Amino acid sequence: MNDKINEMLQRSAQNANQSEKSFIRPEDEEREVIAPDGSTIKINPIYDYFSGKKPQEEKPLNGVVEKFLNWARAESIWVLGFGTGCGSIEIPPLMTPRFDAYRFGVQMRATPRQSNAFIISGYLSVKTLKRVIRSYEQMPSPKYVLALGSCTINGGMYYDSYSTINRLDKYIPVDVYIAGCMPRPEALLAGFMKLKELIKEGKAEKANEYARNFDEYKANQKKIIKDWNMPDYNW
Amino acid sequence: MSNKGLFGFKPDRSNYPEIDKDGKAILDLSSQKYTKLWLGPNHPGVTGNMAVELTISGDEVVEARTHVGYLHRGFEKLIERRLFVQGFPTSIRMCVAEPDTNEYLIAQCTEELSGYADKVPEMAVWLRTLVLELARLQGLLRGVPGQAGTFSLGIGVQWGVYLRDLILDRFEELTGARVYHMYIIPGGVRGLLPAGFKKRLEENLKEIDDFIVRIHQLMFNNSVFKKRSVGVGVIPKEWIDQYGIVGTTARASGVKRDVRKDNPYLVYDQLDFDPPTATDGDIYARTFVRWQELIQTVDLIRQIMAKMPAKGDIRAKMPNVLHWRIPKGETYVRLESGRGEYGMYYVTDGSDKPRRINLRGPSYTHGIALLERMLVNANIADVHAIMVSLQVCPPEIER
Amino acid sequence: MKAIVQEITEKYNLQNAVFQRDNMAFVEVEKKFAIDLVTFLKDYHQFSHFVMMSCVDWIEDGQFQLLYLLHNPALKVDIGIKTYLNRTEPVMQSAHHLWKQIWTYQREIKEAFGIDFPGSPNVDENFVLEGWTEIPHMRRDFDTAAYSEKTYFPREGRFTHDPATYMREKLYPNQPVTAKKNTNE
Repeated sequence: MNDKINEMLQRSAQNANQSEKSFIRPEDEEREVIAPDGSTIKINPIYDYFSGKKPQEEKPLNGVVEKFLNWARAESIWVLGFGTGCGSIEIPPLMTPRFDAYRFGVQMRATPRQSNAFIISGYLSVKTLKRVIRSYEQMPSPKYVLALGSCTINGGMYYDSYSTINRLDKYIPVDVYIAGCMPRPEALLAGFMKLKELIKEGKAEKANEYARNFDEYKANQKKIIKDWNMPDYNW
Repeated sequence: MSNKGLFGFKPDRSNYPEIDKDGKAILDLSSQKYTKLWLGPNHPGVTGNMAVELTISGDEVVEARTHVGYLHRGFEKLIERRLFVQGFPTSIRMCVAEPDTNEYLIAQCTEELSGYADKVPEMAVWLRTLVLELARLQGLLRGVPGQAGTFSLGIGVQWGVYLRDLILDRFEELTGARVYHMYIIPGGVRGLLPAGFKKRLEENLKEIDDFIVRIHQLMFNNSVFKKRSVGVGVIPKEWIDQYGIVGTTARASGVKRDVRKDNPYLVYDQLDFDPPTATDGDIYARTFVRWQELIQTVDLIRQIMAKMPAKGDIRAKMPNVLHWRIPKGETYVRLESGRGEYGMYYVTDGSDKPRRINLRGPSYTHGIALLERMLVNANIADVHAIMVSLQVCPPEIER
Repeated sequence: MKAIVQEITEKYNLQNAVFQRDNMAFVEVEKKFAIDLVTFLKDYHQFSHFVMMSCVDWIEDGQFQLLYLLHNPALKVDIGIKTYLNRTEPVMQSAHHLWKQIWTYQREIKEAFGIDFPGSPNVDENFVLEGWTEIPHMRRDFDTAAYSEKTYFPREGRFTHDPATYMREKLYPNQPVTAKKNTNE
């Protein structure tokens, strides 16, 4: 087995020398393997685990049903516990007794599959943006994004940094911006209130917007993530 | 103890991983004896936005690699493009856990290189010490119960975060901001204590006194906490110099190293304190040292409030900040943050912008070289307790 | 402290020993003796705590300056050892065998300045950046503002003022412009 990995490593090294540099890790490469029953099968690890299909737009249901669903969604905002920047230091005060966001139905979840809101807590370096896209696409729809701090709006004080992005809404759609450096927990609560209002009015349809303008968002993402080694849609 | 396994049964893993002739472990993932496990960056247990790549065999870690860079903003490059005074608001965001330490470092560096170091008025020096101690206190209020939080003792975190908020209120009163204060500026500080500050601070400190007793009962007499922390994550004494370990982590292993005592800065030579130490070097000892330091910090704040002059100048006359040029020079200034020695290397070249700044955070060594070594042979369940017990703060690793 | 600096000055033929404070000195040493000097201070003078390693780009001189900062916990003194490398061909002897955290610094400096440390573990791996295709980012000739503007879709409507001009226009519009001399020069 060791020989096989060496062979794979050599092949990827050759690829790197030949043409443009390949960022796909050797274990993720498309290749042929021998299955336990002796037959040869083709595998492509990146696409075997993910659908790779484009996201679909979901039409709202009609009338009262959608209203009821929106009410339910607004009262149970489950936030993905991914502290992407320095704003995440205000999350513990938000969730503990003083500000107590639980009373609004807000709670933290550990995995994207269980959550429907994403707090981008401040500046995003390109390296984190890649993980953010991956987590965002794994979240079930309908999903909402709250962007914290001036650094997600126009770069803030990192506007000239080579490592952080300037505008978040070029890469993933944003429902509510919360300005400040850094925003206070009260501002965050106000942001949640605003988000609830939007959901109840049926205006928080940014997940559909992402599906509609999927190609445009993908092009923007691929422009700055130079080492794209994941599927186009991580669902 | 956790490394004994269920009912005292300990699996024999002495033959795994096999060692090749160079002394390196053979980790053939396709042998199916090993699994790769990524802890973070999207994981609620990691201390901030970083990742640890674990190779595990059963539930035991055989190799660990730290991956950082998720919070890289390029501060050192950005400050090279800004005037000395413009560098201030940028630099304090380098570490979010105790931002005031950055303010002091950059103020002290610029003052020292431009020859204003001894012109800072006495009142300002006392206020700087007060702010740094308050910053340490709010860091410890998050850090000490946070260790219990890693063992699912969440109640201490709830208390600690609330009390930290009270200290942040005092900060807000003194400086106008909750987290990033911009209070220490070159030549002094930005304002005097507001009326009634002392009384309100004393009220908060009384609550914290109460909390210190309660957290002792909650954590150090708790059988779960003891079982999972005694003898886990041990740092032997000889590692201290080999790995450059500093601060409470070094003191818990029996090496008394505290910048406040060794190279006194500000007014620490006029205050009466003795850094706590322990000898075991495990998670329990580190947490206990930090708990003792919590008592000491409260005591130091009371001493500062008592000994501080009632009023006085708070700012030295400095040159116009827009035309401020500092002659060519270089210096290194250090202080004791809640996590250990925290320093800054500052180079000027005679222009109106700094030539190079380089921050030395304790997490840089604790979070990479030391953590990778400590996680070998640890149980997966203990990984994040070990990480928190080293107080790894990723923004100061990658700046 | 003075005695130690005196001793190493004679032994390694150093120039420019600067005492920044009573307990901190910076010395310059030739590139080929730098690691010898670090080892000497570690083994014979108990400079057992490695504080940090840093690099400065002196682009106008065509040189990189490397700094090894050592601390002696017994005497409580620091020595910074500086050495200069040619900017066109930056290669330095690795010191990863002396302390166990040095490889991290060397890996970071390799990425940020492009200085090679042959033999240092993992030195070729990325440290903070992923998929970086430009010149090393901490070099002085890398323009971060231009790169950011080119890459990251700046939001239109954002503008910056030069603080000196802006204050003069807003606060003292009627005052004649006189270039103020700095007291420090």
